[in-house]
Amino acid sequence: MKRSTWLLGLLAVALLVAPQFLKNYGIYLLTYWLVFVIATMGLNLTVGYAGQKSLGHAAFFGIGAYTLAILMKAGVNFWLGLPAAAAICFFVGIILGFPALRVQTIYLAFATLGFNTAVWLVMRNEEWLTGGTFGINNIARPGLPGLSLDGNLAYYYFVLVVTVILALLLGALLRSPWGKAFRALRDNPIRAESLGVDIRSYTLLSFAIGAAYAGVAGALFASLVQFIEPGPFTVASSIMMYLMVVVGGPGHFFGPVLGAAVGVLLPEWLRFAQAWYLFVFGTAVVLLMIWLPDGLLSIPDRIRARKQSRLASQARARAAQAARAQP
Amino acid sequence: MTHARHQTRPLDKPLLKVSGLKKAYGAIQAVGGVSFEVQPGEIFGVIGPNGSGKTTLFNSMLGQITPDAGTIELNGEDVTKLGPLELSRRGVGRTFQTLQVFGKMSVRDNLIVAAQEHQGSMFGRMFAPGDSGLGDKADALIDQFRIRHVAQQKAGELSYGQQKLVDIAMAFMSEPDLVLLDEPCAGVNPSLVGSISRLLKELNHNPATGSRSSFVVIEHNMDFVMDLCHRIMVMVEGKVLAIGTPAEIRANKQVLEAYLGD
Repeated sequence: MKRSTWLLGLLAVALLVAPQFLKNYGIYLLTYWLVFVIATMGLNLTVGYAGQKSLGHAAFFGIGAYTLAILMKAGVNFWLGLPAAAAICFFVGIILGFPALRVQTIYLAFATLGFNTAVWLVMRNEEWLTGGTFGINNIARPGLPGLSLDGNLAYYYFVLVVTVILALLLGALLRSPWGKAFRALRDNPIRAESLGVDIRSYTLLSFAIGAAYAGVAGALFASLVQFIEPGPFTVASSIMMYLMVVVGGPGHFFGPVLGAAVGVLLPEWLRFAQAWYLFVFGTAVVLLMIWLPDGLLSIPDRIRARKQSRLASQARARAAQAARAQP
Repeated sequence: MTHARHQTRPLDKPLLKVSGLKKAYGAIQAVGGVSFEVQPGEIFGVIGPNGSGKTTLFNSMLGQITPDAGTIELNGEDVTKLGPLELSRRGVGRTFQTLQVFGKMSVRDNLIVAAQEHQGSMFGRMFAPGDSGLGDKADALIDQFRIRHVAQQKAGELSYGQQKLVDIAMAFMSEPDLVLLDEPCAGVNPSLVGSISRLLKELNHNPATGSRSSFVVIEHNMDFVMDLCHRIMVMVEGKVLAIGTPAEIRANKQVLEAYLGD
């Protein structure tokens, strides 16, 4: 069996078993982490696979959360609210994708950042809809016939199932020709277009699908914390999500799993440092970016490249020795 | 399903017809009324000194810039205002002067992505197998280009010459009717120039399938152009100085004075 299959199996067992040994806050944190794994899986598609610079992902996260909360307050069932959150984010994602057809790199990042700020202002100022700074509280958790998901443990397993389903869907998408088209768009859009890749459609789709994942994550987040206000959906949250993608390894399928762990769990593990914990976190991120600019999952690639380079050097040395030995 | 462009080509018409093409940048007339035709199966060379308008002509034909005047017809259809995507869908492939591979993808994936968008609908491709059913075709081209040993390596990790071969192979994956090659020998060593020439001759006429591709080639390597091309157009200061066979161009006094220099 391949090493990656072993690691995947180990991760699955850990995710299934770990909550049994954790207290309520630990389970809550794990669920929080899974929510961010889903959100950053979507951002990884937009940024890591399709190469679009987006600093507006928290806006979709917020739109998903508010969509579910508002619909549930209006009496709509969670099971309708969740796909509605994804669908609304998908369509807003297409709209946000249009600037990407005209601008790229840092300019696109600023355009998406502006979008995030605009959405955040709507959340804060339109009290009649969003509750403004008072937010929306008492957001119920879903239930299934004969099964309540109210408890933290039950809700954790529900979010875990959603995460696995969304990961499988994204995996299938990335293995399909669409995955290659997204990578081609990222690596060289001019060449891709000359080969018939409709870069306009794939750009819009990368934003829309990424946004839909953020929408689902936002809806699950709303139900997890059961109270939402504009705070978690600022530009700072978007930057944090971007950081999670970059730290994990943009364009690596499991990058968001590690990246979200660094963004969500590491600050908690560093609480022993008390008032210094954010300083230690910041320093850890700076060091990571210096030594591993392509993220944690670039480590195997680096090892492989070093091995290849060493083998090539040895081969050259042998060839040179053989040449010298000839009369 | 592939596009049915091969079946729709009228046999009695030129594959490419450029008429009175003009493009100016401010006061500089980069291309000043260029006209020529390329026949099915023909390798057509474009030569000229730096600043003669070759690249502007190429970019106009590839939909990257819109000419000020004139028309470009492909298989009898006016494609003057079409962009690179539409031209690709109509069977126009191209290579670039500089290397343009997808560096983080394997060589094999580079070839597959080069043709997958010509298969079926976009929605259908979401459910298609990863190689779009193009694996065998990619493998055949990999063997033809003798890059089997690097097929699974990331294209960006290869040597310049290997990347050049991948770059050229990509342009042929979708079996285009017309391929525009922008300085295919730029920066490659003499032995690779010979390999590229051999490959292009093979790809020009595939006896196995009977298919014929047409090429328009911009190149500064005169030996390569004279050996490969059926006809050559010489451009000077945005205008056509001469069009003819390699022998005719070699014997043309004006060309010798203006370009070949002896």
